[in-house]
Amino acid sequence: MKGILGNAGTLRKVLDHIGRYRWLVLLSLVLAAGTVLLTLAVPILVGRAIDQIVGAGQVRFDRILPILGQIAACVAATALMQWVMNVVNNRVTFDVVRDIREEAMARIEILPLSYLDSHPHGDIVSRVVADADAFADGLLMGFTQLFTGALTILFTLGFMFTQNDWITLVVVCVTPLSLFVARFIATRTHAMFARQAETRGEQTAFIDEMVGNLKVVKAYGREAAALESFDGINERLRDCAMKATFFSSITNPATRFVNSVVYALVALAGALAVMASGGAMTVGALTAFLAYANQYTKPFNEISGVVTELQNAVTCAERLFELIEAEPQAPDAPDAQPLANVEGRVEMDDVCFSYTRDRRLIEHFSLKVAPGQRVAIVGPTGCGKTTLINLLMRFYDPDGGVIRVEGRDSLSIPRKSLRAAYGMVLQDTWLKPGTIRENLAMGNPDATEDEIVAAAKAAHAHGFIRRLPQGYDTVIGEDGGMLSQGQKQLLCIARVMLILPPMLILDEATSSIDTRTELKIQSAFTRMMQGRTSFIVAHRLSTIREADVILVMRDGHIVEQGSHDELLARNGFYAELYNSQFAGVAI
Amino acid sequence: MLKYLSRYKRECVCAPLFKMLEAVFDLLVPLVVASIIDAGIGAGSAGHVWRMGGVLILLGVVGLASAITAQYFAARAATGFAADVRHDLFRHLASLSFSDMDRLGASTMITRMTSDVNQAQTGVNMTLRLFLRSPVVVLGAMIMAFAIDVRCALIFVTAIALLFAVVIAIMAINIPMMKGVQRQLEEVLGATRDNLSGARVIRAFRREDAEYDAFVARNRALAARQRRAGGVSALMNPLTYAVVNAAVILLVRRGAIRVELGILTRGQVVALYNYMSQILVELIKLANLTVTMNKGWASWKRVEDVLNLEPAMDESGRATEAAPGIAAAVTFDHATLTYPGGAGPALTDVSFAAMPGQTVGIIGGTGSGKSSVAGLIPRFYDVTGGRVLVKGRDVREYAPEALRSMIGMVLQRAVLFKGTIRDNLRWGKPDATEDELLAAAKAAQALDVLEAKGGLDAMLEQGGGNLSGGQRQRLTIARALVRRPEILILDDSASALDMATDARLRQAIAELDYRPTVFIISQRTASIMGADVILVLDEGRLVGKGTHAELLETCDIYREIYESQFRKEDAR
Repeated sequence: MKGILGNAGTLRKVLDHIGRYRWLVLLSLVLAAGTVLLTLAVPILVGRAIDQIVGAGQVRFDRILPILGQIAACVAATALMQWVMNVVNNRVTFDVVRDIREEAMARIEILPLSYLDSHPHGDIVSRVVADADAFADGLLMGFTQLFTGALTILFTLGFMFTQNDWITLVVVCVTPLSLFVARFIATRTHAMFARQAETRGEQTAFIDEMVGNLKVVKAYGREAAALESFDGINERLRDCAMKATFFSSITNPATRFVNSVVYALVALAGALAVMASGGAMTVGALTAFLAYANQYTKPFNEISGVVTELQNAVTCAERLFELIEAEPQAPDAPDAQPLANVEGRVEMDDVCFSYTRDRRLIEHFSLKVAPGQRVAIVGPTGCGKTTLINLLMRFYDPDGGVIRVEGRDSLSIPRKSLRAAYGMVLQDTWLKPGTIRENLAMGNPDATEDEIVAAAKAAHAHGFIRRLPQGYDTVIGEDGGMLSQGQKQLLCIARVMLILPPMLILDEATSSIDTRTELKIQSAFTRMMQGRTSFIVAHRLSTIREADVILVMRDGHIVEQGSHDELLARNGFYAELYNSQFAGVAI
Repeated sequence: MLKYLSRYKRECVCAPLFKMLEAVFDLLVPLVVASIIDAGIGAGSAGHVWRMGGVLILLGVVGLASAITAQYFAARAATGFAADVRHDLFRHLASLSFSDMDRLGASTMITRMTSDVNQAQTGVNMTLRLFLRSPVVVLGAMIMAFAIDVRCALIFVTAIALLFAVVIAIMAINIPMMKGVQRQLEEVLGATRDNLSGARVIRAFRREDAEYDAFVARNRALAARQRRAGGVSALMNPLTYAVVNAAVILLVRRGAIRVELGILTRGQVVALYNYMSQILVELIKLANLTVTMNKGWASWKRVEDVLNLEPAMDESGRATEAAPGIAAAVTFDHATLTYPGGAGPALTDVSFAAMPGQTVGIIGGTGSGKSSVAGLIPRFYDVTGGRVLVKGRDVREYAPEALRSMIGMVLQRAVLFKGTIRDNLRWGKPDATEDELLAAAKAAQALDVLEAKGGLDAMLEQGGGNLSGGQRQRLTIARALVRRPEILILDDSASALDMATDARLRQAIAELDYRPTVFIISQRTASIMGADVILVLDEGRLVGKGTHAELLETCDIYREIYESQFRKEDAR
């Protein structure tokens, strides 16, 4: 078992998770044993009944009828136990998956964003959804199968030895052949499956790229060229899919053939034994033997499948535990006091931060923001403007230095209390699937209808929301569904308008809104920013000109800091950026 | 489906045929065993037992040979079928019009080509392999039973009918339940994905606990549904087992009576018993097969829906040359466009003419129809009213490839493909020389991208993933410039560039020696205010047309946009 179930650590964790259901698992095992025993008893009983049928006028009905009664009892008991066992197994499987998923989600909520940012979401989703299923299915089903398989083999062997040693020896020697045949084929086909998977992956990537961007393909008239490349991969896939499918499908007939050899040998040896034994071995026993020959070989045929399933389950379990045991963010200090009476005083004192050790990003950065001040962050794309937001919101914590809010080290404030002080509109306009109303009320689920409508009006979102089929009750699908990028951004703004926290963070908040709508929002923004400390990231210089402090960023560093006029007078990088806006007049 | 399978006629006939052969050999086994018991043991003939033992092994060998042959043909047919379908699907998708693609959506198209085709392939493979085998065994066993003894065979008939009833009833109840489970699972998946993609917003709004509770509720609902569905399918094994063994009991009893009367032999009773066991095995296989077939068929239906989609655009135009003696490069003649399924027209009665070498700026709010104007020129969409002319000829008269080869189109979303930068740029012109590529890159301000990545032969990841947004945009512009297009369309394609680079780019385009007609679509007034003609769009209507200076005087909307970006005192 050690080799199959990977390292002992994983096994222990697996047992921990099943521990809650140990009585159910035990019950399932007892039922499995009972089912196996009774299933094996039936052929013996049938054999005995057949022994009472010798020939015309030689049938002992007085003996047959009680045997048939016993068979009926066995069958009824088996069916009942099988059913209970299935129900119990289902219950354990589904409940274990449910528990593990909840555990995984609870962990996701407290994982640091650095984890979520650095791991592909698709991969995490597949751990929570597919791996959890495969783990529970594979482990419990695999284990039950292994258990019943082993019991079947043991009981059958035991019975056969009591009946006839020689026939049993024949069966014991020949049956493992099917195992070797299956193994032989499996190792040969493994390479073909690997090539099929690889080619299939290559094709999926190609399809993803070309079909996902068909419009570009068509704009450049590349349909024929793309089809040609596609066919190249497609033909290779046809070839290796054919080989993989064919060679793997030989396994069944091959093991079946071994089984029929066993069957033939049992029939032969059994018949000779009946003739030679002079009554010690009966025709009924031979019948039971033949039924067993089939039953005994089945677990052998399945065993390689079960082993793969178990190995797969353990791999999935390892992937799951990796997620569940990932280092969570540092918990809030037990004595952390929530912020009270936030005025909007923020101070960064000698802050250092980098995402990766080898690339320094923010070094010894200091900044003092008084309540109600407006801080603008500008610079070319990818210069690290959002990093500051990550630090302010404590999505990431600085490597060195202190960020103070209202004079308190932000690390000593509970995250939720700190975040409640900020209203955030990000470039990435994430909306949750649900109604518009639910989305707007995200910051305050108890908001009244009037408050929601007022916020939407302030963000100039009321107009388009009203025109939607179900107004505020319109359900928006995943990723915002049918809303345009601009409309989504308006909703994100309205979402913040509803709670109006003392401090604001606006990251490219209006990048996808056309300038006319933006103009309309601008007045609302100005009203919203009145008396509120705000941090604004934007490309458009016109929207940030009125800032009290402008931070100019370049390659992750803050290169200049000051007001619009000061920075223009300095004639540095900011002046260059600003003036370039007018260079276009030359054309 | 038949159309695709008919290419594999030989395979489709041979696979089930050989499978049937195997089944027939399987059916002979109990008869041979009966003969061993009656003619061998009964008559005390050891020679007969040896001979029959040999026959059993021979049956095994022949069965193996026919099974392998069957598997070979089935694999060939199924994988060949899948490859052909994928080829046709790809070709078909590439022939669809833009509005068809909008309606289908990329993720649907990709799923159809990958998992649906695979599912259908498995369906075909399993069907060819098992579809004849299982029914032949079940029916064959019954026929054999009839051949042995009619009265005992009646037990078979009843048992088989009962088994079918049980299997079908359980599946009929279970399949809809499993669909419900699948839907609930998708909800759990969606909730997981949302919690990841929305992590920042959820935490900023302190909704972690609420989102966790929502997830738990969905997850529990899933477990409850699974348990209910599992409860039904848990009946399958016990019930079929009970039915078959009840039949065995009846069989032995009836058999005993018939032997007593001298109608049957003991060996024949054993044979009947064996046939009954075979039926159970095959019936369970058949039930599993039905599930696979169902899945495969549903997938095929989805694939077929896409294959049957008629391209919405008539692409039969064959003209390749401009109309003689016409001056304008692009003319919109009362063009109106309503997207299929769109609530109202995206463009209404738009008319203008762009002369060769002119620069046309297009500006307007979100949803004002800027991109629609751009999409009509290379005929990505067809007008629903009026006409669009390129070089004096209606775009519908051109062969689509000929029309599009005149145009360099840079879309809003900068898309590049896996491969070298050289491969990507050559999309514009497959036989472009090194000098041509570099000249285009220079004009597109992309030389520093080449430098940063290591030259034309630098590899790009899928979608240009190893480039920044601005780098991607500049390479897509270079790709359009490589073909030295007569008409260049930049659809908001410099949005990720800083203003200095944007300005240099416009300067370089203005200096191109082949003087293309340029359309610049932008939300920034700065990007278009130097254009020869500026078109101002508002809710699909052309509300202003003229130079920057003219429009400042005559067009309120233009002035409003301009002033929102430049305050009056700066507009020197």
